[in-house]
Amino acid sequence: MAAPTPVRHAWRALIGLLTLTALLFGINALGVFVFTDSEGNPGSSWAPELALDLQGGTQIILQANTPDGTPPSAEQMDQAASIIRQRVDASGVGEADITTQAGNQIVVQVPGQADEETRNRIEASAQLQLRAVLYTASPATSYVGEDGNETPYPSPDPTLNATPSAAPSNGSDPNWITDALYAEFLAYDCTDPENTPATEPADQPLITCQNDGTAKYILGPVELDGSSISDASNGLNTQNNQWAVNIVFDGEGTDTFGKISQRLYGATAPLNQFAFVLDGSVLSAPSMNAVILDGKPQITGNFTQDTSKVLADQLKYGALPLSFEVQSSNSISATLGSQQLQIGLLAGLIGLILVAIYSLVVYRALGFVIIASLVVMGVLTYITLCILAWRMGFRLSLAGVAGLIVTIGFTADSFIVYFERIRDELRDGKSITSAVEDGWGRAKRTIYISKSINILAAVVLYILADATVKGFAFTLGLTTLIDIGIFILFTHPVLQLLARTRFFGGGHPLSGLDPEALGAVYRGRAQFRAPVDAGGRSASQRRASKSRGEAERRQTIAERKLAQQSADTRSTTEGDD
Amino acid sequence: MRTMSQFGNDLYTGKTSFPFVGRRRLWFIIAAVLVIGAALVPVFRPVQFSIEFTGGSQFTVNGVASPDQTLATEAVQSVVPGAATKVTTIGDDAVRVQTDQMTDPETRDVTAALAEIYDVGEDSVSSSFIGPSWGQDVTRQSLWGLAIFLALTFLILAIYFRTWKMSVAAIIGLIDVLVITVGVYAVFGFEISPAAVIGFLTILSYSLYDTTVVFDKVRENTHEDGEKSGRTFGESVNLAVNQTLIRSINTTVVAALPTGAILFIGALWLGAQTLTDISLSIFVGTIVAAYSTLFVAAPLFSLMRENEPEIKARDERVLAAREKALTAA
Repeated sequence: MAAPTPVRHAWRALIGLLTLTALLFGINALGVFVFTDSEGNPGSSWAPELALDLQGGTQIILQANTPDGTPPSAEQMDQAASIIRQRVDASGVGEADITTQAGNQIVVQVPGQADEETRNRIEASAQLQLRAVLYTASPATSYVGEDGNETPYPSPDPTLNATPSAAPSNGSDPNWITDALYAEFLAYDCTDPENTPATEPADQPLITCQNDGTAKYILGPVELDGSSISDASNGLNTQNNQWAVNIVFDGEGTDTFGKISQRLYGATAPLNQFAFVLDGSVLSAPSMNAVILDGKPQITGNFTQDTSKVLADQLKYGALPLSFEVQSSNSISATLGSQQLQIGLLAGLIGLILVAIYSLVVYRALGFVIIASLVVMGVLTYITLCILAWRMGFRLSLAGVAGLIVTIGFTADSFIVYFERIRDELRDGKSITSAVEDGWGRAKRTIYISKSINILAAVVLYILADATVKGFAFTLGLTTLIDIGIFILFTHPVLQLLARTRFFGGGHPLSGLDPEALGAVYRGRAQFRAPVDAGGRSASQRRASKSRGEAERRQTIAERKLAQQSADTRSTTEGDD
Repeated sequence: MRTMSQFGNDLYTGKTSFPFVGRRRLWFIIAAVLVIGAALVPVFRPVQFSIEFTGGSQFTVNGVASPDQTLATEAVQSVVPGAATKVTTIGDDAVRVQTDQMTDPETRDVTAALAEIYDVGEDSVSSSFIGPSWGQDVTRQSLWGLAIFLALTFLILAIYFRTWKMSVAAIIGLIDVLVITVGVYAVFGFEISPAAVIGFLTILSYSLYDTTVVFDKVRENTHEDGEKSGRTFGESVNLAVNQTLIRSINTTVVAALPTGAILFIGALWLGAQTLTDISLSIFVGTIVAAYSTLFVAAPLFSLMRENEPEIKARDERVLAAREKALTAA
């Protein structure tokens, strides 16, 4: 209990910082050693992940095809690019770069190796169709005949009747199923790459399969396409507590879907089902359980949170009237990028050394506090980037590296503000320990308000800006937060402790806190030390007599007179040493 | 020579005082000249936008024996002298060349030249055109972000400082910084790339940050002075700016050192385009931001407040008391 309160506070803060650092390293260690994926690869690593421009990456060029083979319009391409951008962004913070080129190509650049999931996500974007289900069966292509042997269904006989016997009256009319179509259905092999249901005509029935190959269907002609879906989201159904996908149709879609639901509701299975078909395969074929006239159907079933999210995303973003074909996919070696990384690191090192030298010149031994704070900052930022790479897929880009180098200056500023406030307090004649406390009280207000402007900038940019800027905004916000943390948990406690050492507390000339050098002007608030005061007075007196008209030049003398007059009223609050 | 801390002491007591508020007419004229000058630069020397904004032609050469990047530049220059080219190596055997948008005959000639110089068939060279998607998308979104950020900043500062006039002064100071920085960019002929935009956004944040630090001292001084103060409002503001001057100098030097290091190294090693783009805007921006806070935002704030009846009345009392003190002395 011998230690005064600020000292205990200081130790507590430093222990807190140490615990926090240990915690962060612990979290990352968990990621490295415990949370491994199915193949045993560590989830995290001890180095931050780098973005495409620093470590190379994968470039995928997609070619967009319209159903009728005409070149897509510039508008359609823009829509396609921004939808694919949304999809890629939704998979992580990484700085995916999506551009259109040559009229019908979309270039997707993904940092690192694009995993299977990301690839599918990008490539799956295709046109979404709604078709009524006419018939469904298991994906088998053979049957067990009377002889007990398994026999493949024969190829459809070309002589079979291929036109409906009676003109089908609507999308669910079984008349669509001609003998030829049925024979084709029976022989249809879901795994055969020759089958391209995606390019079949929209106004004809379609034979296709569930996207996981568990069922095959005969579907009616397209009755609605993805462009009539204005939104799709997943959510928990409050009645049965199951995950569901909620769809919102646009005006026209609502009308059409209402008619479909009236037709399908109560029909015998499978005629009461309708199918969402993406890129020719069935995503989901729910049955109609009610007449839905408000255009807001809900799909329920055996969804998990993840599967309902995937379907909702597919429905929402799949609303593109285009199909895509991967033209080329290759990895980029960013020789230029790795060179730039080296340059950046070198520049950062030189910058740090210059900042260190400058700090030592201006703040003498206090400069070491700045350097130590920057080192702590570096360690915390590094480990946080490792964790974020693991948890959020954050990748450090060249812009991010530049951002980090630049933050050296921004971070050092909080210490500069603080030290200047301490010096100001010393100039007022306070003891070093109380100058540290009072300077802290004033500096922290300034730091909080000014840093919150930085955080605001980071948050707004992160929410609104494009992927490239997002990475930068993220780095800015992160470093600002860490900066404030270090200011509270490291710089201030260290100064509190240092103020009690003989070197700093005694105001050694090299400590940077020498009251003499700082010309501690006032003994109390009112007592002026003779040398400084005399010089100031005579000089300003001379000037004042010469130029009566310029108020601001007379400031010093007038200020002093009034300060003397009002000294007793003002000294109570601040002269507490 | 006075030491830095001696200088700081004199600024703190008011023994040394720079007339940031007093000579504001001069500072405003200088600021106006700088802003108009910066705004006029693009007229004489148009701002260059990078391929991400303008769109452009892109050539990819596949199956190259050795992906020597200088060959690509040579090939393009032989067809269109002076064309801006950006060469990237893709994989081990491919080179991507980005150039200004080219006409059809030029595209054919460049394709032929690239095929010849890399000794591959013309069918290994694919050419395409980049639509300015980044530029359009990002510019629109960034402008939205900018507008919302400024509105929120305006609110936060107005609430914190309890006067909207500080918000106005800070944001005018910010505009000053952005215009001058873009002007400097144009003067040096640097192209505005995505990296440069990021640099501008950094300055945006930094400039407001810097102004806030100084304004917080202004708030402290003008607030603590209260009725008993021996200073006019303008003098209080001026003293606050002078008292934070050492901070402003130190911060600017410390912020400029690392970016200056990037610039210096970027100038030695050609090709560090992204880094130099970002650091130039930040290097210029930090210095201009410090200038703008001291010479534009602070005097502007004083100017806006001085005519408030309450402050005007108090200033008159202060001046009258001072007159009396002088005659008494």
